[in-house]
Amino acid sequence: MNNIFADIQLAIPEIFVFSMACVILLVDRFTHERMPKASFLLTQATLLIALYLNLAGAPASGTMKAFNDMFILDGMATLVKSMIFILTFVVLIYSHDYISERKMYRGEYFVIILIAVVGMMVMVSASHFITIYIGLELLSLSLYTLVAMNRNSDLATEAAMKYFVLGALASGMLLYGMSIIYGATGSLDIESIRNAIQGMQSDDVMLMLGLVFIIVGIGFKLGVVPFHMWIPDIYQGAPTSVVLFIGTAPKIAAFAFVMRLLVDGFQALAVSWSEMLTIFAILSMGMGNIVAIAQTNLKRMLAYSTISHMGYFMLGILSANPNGYSASLFYVIIYSFTTMAAFGLIIMMSRAGFEAEEISDYKGLNKRHPWFAFMVALVMFSMAGIPPTVGFFAKLSVIQALVDVDKYWLAVVAVLFAVIGAYYYLRVVKTLYFDKPETSEPISANIGMQFVLTVNVFALLLIMPWIGVIMDICSEAISKMG
Amino acid sequence: MIALSDYLILGAILFGISVAGIFLNRKNVIILLMSIELMLLAVNINFIAFSHYLNDLAGQVFVFFILTVAAAESAIGLAIIIVLFRRRNTINIQDLDSLKG
Repeated sequence: MNNIFADIQLAIPEIFVFSMACVILLVDRFTHERMPKASFLLTQATLLIALYLNLAGAPASGTMKAFNDMFILDGMATLVKSMIFILTFVVLIYSHDYISERKMYRGEYFVIILIAVVGMMVMVSASHFITIYIGLELLSLSLYTLVAMNRNSDLATEAAMKYFVLGALASGMLLYGMSIIYGATGSLDIESIRNAIQGMQSDDVMLMLGLVFIIVGIGFKLGVVPFHMWIPDIYQGAPTSVVLFIGTAPKIAAFAFVMRLLVDGFQALAVSWSEMLTIFAILSMGMGNIVAIAQTNLKRMLAYSTISHMGYFMLGILSANPNGYSASLFYVIIYSFTTMAAFGLIIMMSRAGFEAEEISDYKGLNKRHPWFAFMVALVMFSMAGIPPTVGFFAKLSVIQALVDVDKYWLAVVAVLFAVIGAYYYLRVVKTLYFDKPETSEPISANIGMQFVLTVNVFALLLIMPWIGVIMDICSEAISKMG
Repeated sequence: MIALSDYLILGAILFGISVAGIFLNRKNVIILLMSIELMLLAVNINFIAFSHYLNDLAGQVFVFFILTVAAAESAIGLAIIIVLFRRRNTINIQDLDSLKG
């Protein structure tokens, strides 16, 4: 039993966010009538302070472990957690008006988001099957509740039910895989598992069985084809502010989750899981991009686009080398910020009683509000991966990673599907500029949100000269992994 | 003496039943919840069996965590079912079809 205070010191951001979640729950009880904004402001302050604590507590070099090696702090954990805080912070700014117009502006909303953040942080810093599982469940259970938050909506409750059942199924699969791996290696600690696997035959039946179940679990959580059924339903049914959250921070956390499990734990089996991920990636890119063409609901279209983006994201991981991992990290960061802008724009277009989620709602937006139309177009370009937006560099980096490991055919497939994908993004742009507007209702959004959104959208374009810096940060984070 | 493989076969059968229950069940949402619970219990059997035969306590500790999370999970599942029932007056799975495409 070593010094418990040294252990606690490493987990201070987690402890802080969780305590603040409890404090906000209490404070909200007393202030929700007089000062309804108090819990919102407290939540935002919590996220900023946590960001500071996280950066201040970052290990200068190497990795630090705590709580009997259950908790790990390394370069990747610090970077991913910082991203989670920033994304959640901006997501809450975007959601503010949306949730107050729809009577979801309650203390619980913020508390549950903070608990989901704690879940993600634990997941990112986990180096033991128990901590991975607890983090994952803390995140998933919070997300099920958030989806069901709008109790007056038929679609949201149905989406929550579907999400719950499939999410629980995924956890079950993951756990079954973990139990088999536990039996095969005799340990739950990721590092011991890695060492144990190195001493075993790589075609050991138990290992393979466990690995397959774990990969299926991961596939469900990431939402890659053929385990994608829940994504379109959740994206369409859930309140847009919740989709905005689900589509951003948890995706980055999922990257860390995959890294901890597959790369840290099953490095010796890289050949096997890389083949499985290849199948997932091809199916996701294909199915996501092709089915998205048929969608008329913008949220559902973005859901299929998410599926295809998850396919691209896998390309980096399946190249199974540090370059590929940092390309994937870069991809998922860029993707999160782009999705955040996309759903932010949907929120901005909608108002009480009107959701602005059909593509036809955007007809002739250029005539009603040229500025918004331009921002939507820019986001769509970035999603399609058209230079000079960041989306292009993200796709470039994962495809580069594939070429580096001589998977030329896969790179060609990826590019082909990207071209198919460009069709439906550009169709939205066509709707904005070349169709006749059906309504002339003014778009009202508060100035603060417009400002943040504008910065967010233009960052997708203007960050270009600093792309190299971001890539360096990503590869440094990966090289500092345990 | 019961062999390790017997436990594993039991676990696998229960797991299979629960997955079949989730996919084949077309009637009642409550049955889905039961299947999910059964799935976690199947995993628990695996963990305890391995833990016993490996002489390692970690597996049994994990089982406690899984049990706790399973309880939280069914609480949330039931809460969602109640919201669903209030909205639609039914918890029939076939009626959950307003989202598709």
